[in-house]
This record gives sequence, structure tokens and C-alpha cells, in this order.
Amino acid sequence: MQVHKYDVIIVGAGGAGMRAAIEAGQNARTAVLTKLYPTRSHTGAAQGGMCAALANVEEDNWEWHTFDTVKGGDYLVDQDAAEVMAKEAIDAVIDLEKMGLPFNRTPEGRIDQRRFGGHTRDHGKAPVRRSCYAADRTGHMILQTLYQNCVKHNVEFYNEYYVLDLLTVEEDATRADGTPYKQKRIAGVVSYDLATGELHVFQAKSVILATGGAGKVFKTTSNAHTLTGDGMGIAFRRGIPLEDMEFFQFHPTGLAGLGILLSEAARGEGAILRNSDGERFMERYAPTIKDLAPRDIVARSMANEVREGRGCGPNKDYVLLDLTHLEPAHIDAKLPDITEFARTYLGVEPYTEPVPVFPTAHYAMGGVPTNIATEVLQDNDTIIPGLYAAGEVACVSVHGSNRLGTNSLLDINVFGKRAGVAAASYAQTAEFIDLPENPEAATVALLDHVRTSDGGEKVAAIRKDLQDTMDANMQVFRTAESIDKVLADIAGFEERYSRITVQDKGKRFNLDLLEAVELGFLLELAKVMTVAALHRQESRGGHYREDFPDRDDENFMKHSMAYLDTNVTAESSAEHIAGIRLETKPVVVTRYQPMVRKY
Amino acid sequence: MSPIETAETAPEPASKIELPAHLGGGGDIPTFDVTLRVRRYDPEFSSESTWEDFTMTMYGTDRVLDALHKVKWEQDGSLSFRRSCAHGVCGSDAMRINGRNRLACKTLLKDLDTTKPITVEPIKGLPVEKDLIVDMEPFFQSYREIMPFLINRGHEPSKERLQSAEERERFDDTTKCILCAACTSSCPVFWTDGQYFGPAAIVNAHRFIFDSRDDAGDMRLEILNDKEGVWRCRTTFNCTEACPRGIQVTQAIAEVKQAILARQV
Ligand SMILES: Cc1cc2nc3c(=O)[nH]c(=O)nc-3n(C[C@H](O)[C@H](O)[C@H](O)COP(=O)(O)OP(=O)(O)OC[C@H]3O[C@@H](n4cnc5c(N)ncnc54)[C@H](O)[C@@H]3O)c2cc1C
Repeated sequence: MQVHKYDVIIVGAGGAGMRAAIEAGQNARTAVLTKLYPTRSHTGAAQGGMCAALANVEEDNWEWHTFDTVKGGDYLVDQDAAEVMAKEAIDAVIDLEKMGLPFNRTPEGRIDQRRFGGHTRDHGKAPVRRSCYAADRTGHMILQTLYQNCVKHNVEFYNEYYVLDLLTVEEDATRADGTPYKQKRIAGVVSYDLATGELHVFQAKSVILATGGAGKVFKTTSNAHTLTGDGMGIAFRRGIPLEDMEFFQFHPTGLAGLGILLSEAARGEGAILRNSDGERFMERYAPTIKDLAPRDIVARSMANEVREGRGCGPNKDYVLLDLTHLEPAHIDAKLPDITEFARTYLGVEPYTEPVPVFPTAHYAMGGVPTNIATEVLQDNDTIIPGLYAAGEVACVSVHGSNRLGTNSLLDINVFGKRAGVAAASYAQTAEFIDLPENPEAATVALLDHVRTSDGGEKVAAIRKDLQDTMDANMQVFRTAESIDKVLADIAGFEERYSRITVQDKGKRFNLDLLEAVELGFLLELAKVMTVAALHRQESRGGHYREDFPDRDDENFMKHSMAYLDTNVTAESSAEHIAGIRLETKPVVVTRYQPMVRKY
Repeated sequence: MSPIETAETAPEPASKIELPAHLGGGGDIPTFDVTLRVRRYDPEFSSESTWEDFTMTMYGTDRVLDALHKVKWEQDGSLSFRRSCAHGVCGSDAMRINGRNRLACKTLLKDLDTTKPITVEPIKGLPVEKDLIVDMEPFFQSYREIMPFLINRGHEPSKERLQSAEERERFDDTTKCILCAACTSSCPVFWTDGQYFGPAAIVNAHRFIFDSRDDAGDMRLEILNDKEGVWRCRTTFNCTEACPRGIQVTQAIAEVKQAILARQV
């Protein structure tokens, strides 16, 4: 086993990780550990755009953007964080342009902007053009541009290194009011080199988690196979809470049956949804902004059309995205990639035929809790010095219970940059924390178990069963009954997981082994999501309980915080689930009092 | 290009339309049996590479990647290949399928001849590590050498730099590159001469050379004018055919060649 020493370790080389690396790398000895080659990260799949109130094409300002973000998140957004993001958005876009990002341009040569769901002028009066874009491959261009700038600044990468553990230590400490508590501190990370199967320990003063999302908890998803929530899982196992995990965004327009995303930009450019009667049904659900209503509303409306028998196709299980009234030249100029997806994967020609679509699991609003300085929290108010998180793995929380389109590419840039700056500046004055004895012990034990267990259960079979039950019971409509079903199923999966067999016994590029490790994270996260969903007896944003269809601000306008806690037994837990303790955290409200969310 | 209409000027679509009956869809998805013939290699256990056949039932909408997953998940967990996004944007799963470089996630089985075994091999010209996994380092090394980042010597404006839509369009095609190496590893010159930069690196140089905001075109042209640079290209068009993003790779290389010549006169 090798031990390396860096000032700053960044885990993940997607948009958030590389944006952080560009800052940290110039100010402190930095390395980026990533399980994928940087340019393979899923930021590259993002299509539609990144929003900022540049006001290049019409009147706009960051305060309207803040309001839309708060309202879009159904008031579970921390308003101080949303304000930071909306204000810093403008520089974030300009930074990228200066780094070379080829944005689409206006006739005057400025960055062009287009409409996106939930983004409005003057507090909901009309849609506004706020999304900056590069055709429908904005994420690709962001990922490429950030990688290019990492090359420019000689950022050091460890590619295909899987981080499997956070090295934390606990110290006795006393709060201002005199109560004693355990202060966590970060000493480094443990990682697994895919090429050789060797473990490497990285000691670091600062660690930034930027591992992205966890969409593979679901079957139908726009997320990559590799988005297995590793960073959330690792943190949770080390006693760090996970915030608002019940909120998962289902994007309305996944290619039916496949989940591959057709960006909301399609609707931004004028495409509309129709049911089997050919009806533009969003006129009924959101009379003002119709097809450009926020995602949770559109996704539920679609699922409801299907439920009420107005779905299309042989099984009446999807609706149609209609672009046929748009000029082919317009489609080619603005939406080339996604129309190509429809042709390649479904054999549908979007010029002339509407495209079969259904909601697809898209984005984790929850994650590792941080404050606006991206410092990770070990409870509601205590930071873990030196540990940072940014991007989809984190919950600041700017997305609340439902993220607006184009706010995530923004989030990764704004908070990725903040994390990079903060981690480097912390490392300049902080000391290294001594590594615990046998720092790799927990990882060795985890891998040994996976490698030697021999009960014949297949990882892929358990994963499929998990994804099936999550799609059936934890998607856009949830009830106590459906949630209980998932929890019972997960108990069975955990038992089966203890009996898995990994076939590949080699050390080189053993992805079989790592898929088993990743499944461990998925099971853990699915359980946290489900328990939190059971606890939240209201409907808000992406979390819709049919048995509690209304938002309940009095009892639930607060974040949920899930902790791993072995003292919690099925009997002692309100949700009757052992091992997870649920607490809450207040929402930061600055200027916007909750209102009914109508569009 | 004629002016195109925007979302603002387009007419409001009808609230209700008659849908043609067939839009219900075409009934059941057909299934068929396929055999994948995969090039296996694992130096931990043997220095030889061998072909191995796997037969399975697949659906009409399935891709080669689905078939590889079915093998890995149900038959042989040790079969190793890279993949991530599974819809042709991350560039992880370039491989030689029936002798042609493609992305496994973008190649539908029904578009191949399924009456014969489908051969799957690692891309050529890069050291094979295990099964379909190759060492990508030499590929990224060439990429880094062409200085793949915007270099602008002018003073920094406080807002964005201006660029007209036409200037932006000039290098649009080469911004699509996902660095999958399908082009470079389909190039006969690259196979025989490991030193050649290869098409992908030239494509990425093109992306900056023709960007109106960039001031380092001369430096890049100098690098590519090297004996291992653009002049090694023999215009076999393999790269253009291989590109899963539809980039006109050979044309981009030709434009770089012309730029070097234009600069020399
Ligand atoms: C199809 C699609 C389209 C989208 N379109 C838009 C859009 O138009 N606008 C918008 O704002 N948002 C969009 N989003 C959301 C947005 O793209 C993502 O939320 C965002 O890019 C996430 O960035 P990230 O840096 O947090 O994670 P990622 O880009 O996913 O990167 C994660 C990184 O972590 C690494 N990693 C993971 N686990 C480990 C581990 N154990 N060890 C080491 N490294 C690890 C990976 O290698 C990778 O480098 C879209 C998402 C999808 C799926």
C-alpha cells in the first residue's frame, strides 16, 4: 500500500471537481482522484444550459433568479444559498467564456440565452430567457472546457482511482455553551487503483467531495451506469448525515423505456407534450406556463395522464413530445443531439413524428449537507474543518425539494469554485491530521468480504430488483404502503447482498468487484431515501405523497437529516427501521415567505 | 443560412390535434438470438489473447453494450470493458465491432448482421490492458501536446468576449469531440507509427486554431507542422467514418494543412 501526501484532495473530476481543481491547483498542492477519466464524467451529458441573469437578450436580474429558485424548490431552499448562487452566476458564466467555452451567440456577438422551465421575469409574470447554452451540449462543452483548463494549469489527476473511504478522526470538544461533543476531522481518503487493484492512502489537509449523483438507485434514469452515489455512501458510513434524500427529481422527458434524456430545451424551444387524444394536456395542469412548468409538476401530469388511460403506445405507458410544428432548420440549429437520440434509439424522426417520452430519474436534490462556504456539516451547525462538498453529491441547499433546469450546471460552477478556493486557503494554514492506525483497514475488510463471500447471489440481479421496486414504488407518486413495500424489499436485498459471489478473482481492472461495492452504496442510499420519504408526511416538490397530497409548512418546512446510528432499533425508531436516525434542520428564510406554488 | 424562427416568433401549437393511428406504436418489440465473439485477454492469467463466444437472446432496441452487459451480468463477470453514460456522449466504450470502430452504446444490434457472430475487439494501436480495455494514456498525451486550451493575449474584458455567430460556427464541428479515440485508433498511420499525433489531437487543435478568440494558432500550427504532425495523414477517411459524433475529421485535418501552407507563403 502506498501513502501519498497532498494539501488538497479532490474526489471526482466532473464539473464540480474540475472547477474546484482549477482554483485549488494554483494555490495549493492538489490532486484529483476520479474513478472515470475526467472527460467521461456525467456533466458531459448535460444538454440544455446554465442559467445566469446576464440580461443579454431581455431584462433580467439575479433577484428574480433567486425567487424562481426558491419557488421552484417549493420553499425548501436555503435562501441565503440561492442568493449566493444567483449573484455569482453571472461571473460563473463569464469565467467559462473566458476559459474558452463556445457559447451560442446573439446577433451582437454576446452570449445567447433561451427559456427554461420555471425561470421567469419579475416573480412569475412570464418566461424569461436566462439559460446560456452551447447548442444542446452545454454540459459537454463545460466538461471539455474545464478539462482543457486543468491541462493548462497542470492539474494532477489519478484516473480510475476509486475512493472507497474517508479517513476521519474524532476529538473531544466543547461547544460555546459548555456542552461536550465529538468533533470530526478529516485526515485523508483511501482509494483503489482500478488498473492494479492496489490500495492507496492519500493524506490531505483538505478533501473536497465532488462525486456526483446516485441515479442508478432507479431503473429508468438519465444517469450514467457509474452514478452510484459513492460520495454520499462513504460520508454516511463515516457518520456524516445526509440531507433531504427523499427528494429526487424525475425529469419529464426521458426516451420511453430507456430513460435517455431529451432536454427541457426542447420545450424551451417550443416543443409540447400530447396524450393519446392528441391533447396538449399541460394546458389543464399549468394554465399559465403550460409545458414549461417545473419538472415535478410536468412529470406528475404525464404520469397522471398515463394512469387515467390517456397514455400512448401498445401498453399505453408513455406520452408524446411533439416538435413537428417547429422548423427542421430550427431543430437542427438548437437541438441536434437530442433529436439524434430519438432517431438512433427509437427510430423516430422528430421532424415529422412525435417522440415517446416518460419521466426518468434525473437528479438527487439531497446529499452531503454543507453551508454556503461548501464546508461539510457533521450536524445542523458544526462543520468538519477541511472537508468540503460541491455539486450533485452536496446539499447546500439551493434546489430544495425540486431543482430548476439549468441550475445544476450553475451550482457545480459556483460551489465548485468556492470549494476549490476554500480548500486551498484552509490548507495554507492548517496542519495535517495524523492518519489513524491502519488507515486502510475498513476498506480492506469491505473488499475482502465482497471478494470472498460465496453464496451465489448475483450483484446484477439484486441491483435490478432494487431498481424495479424503486421505479414502481418510489417514483413520482408515493404512499405509505408503496414506501413500506420498498423497505421490506430492501431488507431482503441486504440479506441477499451478504451472500453475493463476485466471479472475477483478478486484481487488474476488476470492475466486477467494484460493481459489487457500488451496489452496497446503492442499497444504503435507497434505504435512506425511502425512510426519509416515509417520514415526510406531506407533498413538496419532487416528493409527492398521495396519502398526504398537500404541502404542510407547519410540520414539514424543514430539511431532513439522516444519520447512520447503530443504536436505533426497529422498535425505537418512529419509522421502524433500524440503523437510521432522522432529525430535521431549519430552512434558511431571508426574503421570501412560502406561498402556494402555482404556475 | 436563412434566418430561423425562434420560440418567440413560432406560432402557438394547436391545443389538440388528430394523431395518426399508428402512433400508438408498432406492437411487441422483436427478439432474436445473437452471438458475441469477444477478444479476451488477461495478462494476469495468460499472455495469449483468445476469442470467446457468448450466445444470448436480445431485443430489437438493444445495443452492443446491452449484450456485453448481459454477458458480464449473467454469464461471465470477468469480461471487462469501460462504459459510463450509455448514450454516446462520454466516449468510454469505443471498440472494434465487426472490424469497425464504434461506440458499443450507439450501435444497435438490429443494425448488424445477427445471423453471424458479432466480433468485438479492443480499439487498435493502443496497448491492451484487459479484454476490451486499452491504455488511453498515449492518446491523451498527444491531445495535451497540441495545447488544447484557449490562449488569449488581449486584455480581459469585464464581460464576455464578443464573437459573431458566424465566427462561432467556424469551429462548431470540432467542438463535438468526446475524446473516445475511435478516429485515432482507426487510422492506419497511427497503427504503424505510434508517434503520429492522430486525428483526435488534430481535431482538437482545429477547434482552437479556428476560434476567433484564440491567439495561439501559430504555435499550434508549428507543432502540427512537425514530422509526426498533420503531414502523416494519408487521407484514408477511416477517421471520418469512425467518428460517432459525425465530425468531418478528414476535412478538419485538411483545413489545418491548408492553414499551415497559407502561413508559410
Ligand atoms: C442527461 C442529463 C442532462 C442534464 N442537463 C442539465 C442541464 O442542461 N443543465 C443543468 O444545469 N443540469 C443538467 N443536468 C444535471 C447536471 O449535469 C449534473 O447534476 C452535474 O453535471 C453534476 O456534476 P458533478 O460534478 O456534481 O458530477 P459528475 O459530473 O457526475 O462527476 C462525478 C465525478 O465523480 C467521480 N467519482 C464518482 N464516484 C467516485 C469514487 N468513488 N471515487 C472517485 N471518483 C468518483 C466520477 O469519476 C466523476 O468524475 C443534467 C443531467 C443529466 C444526467
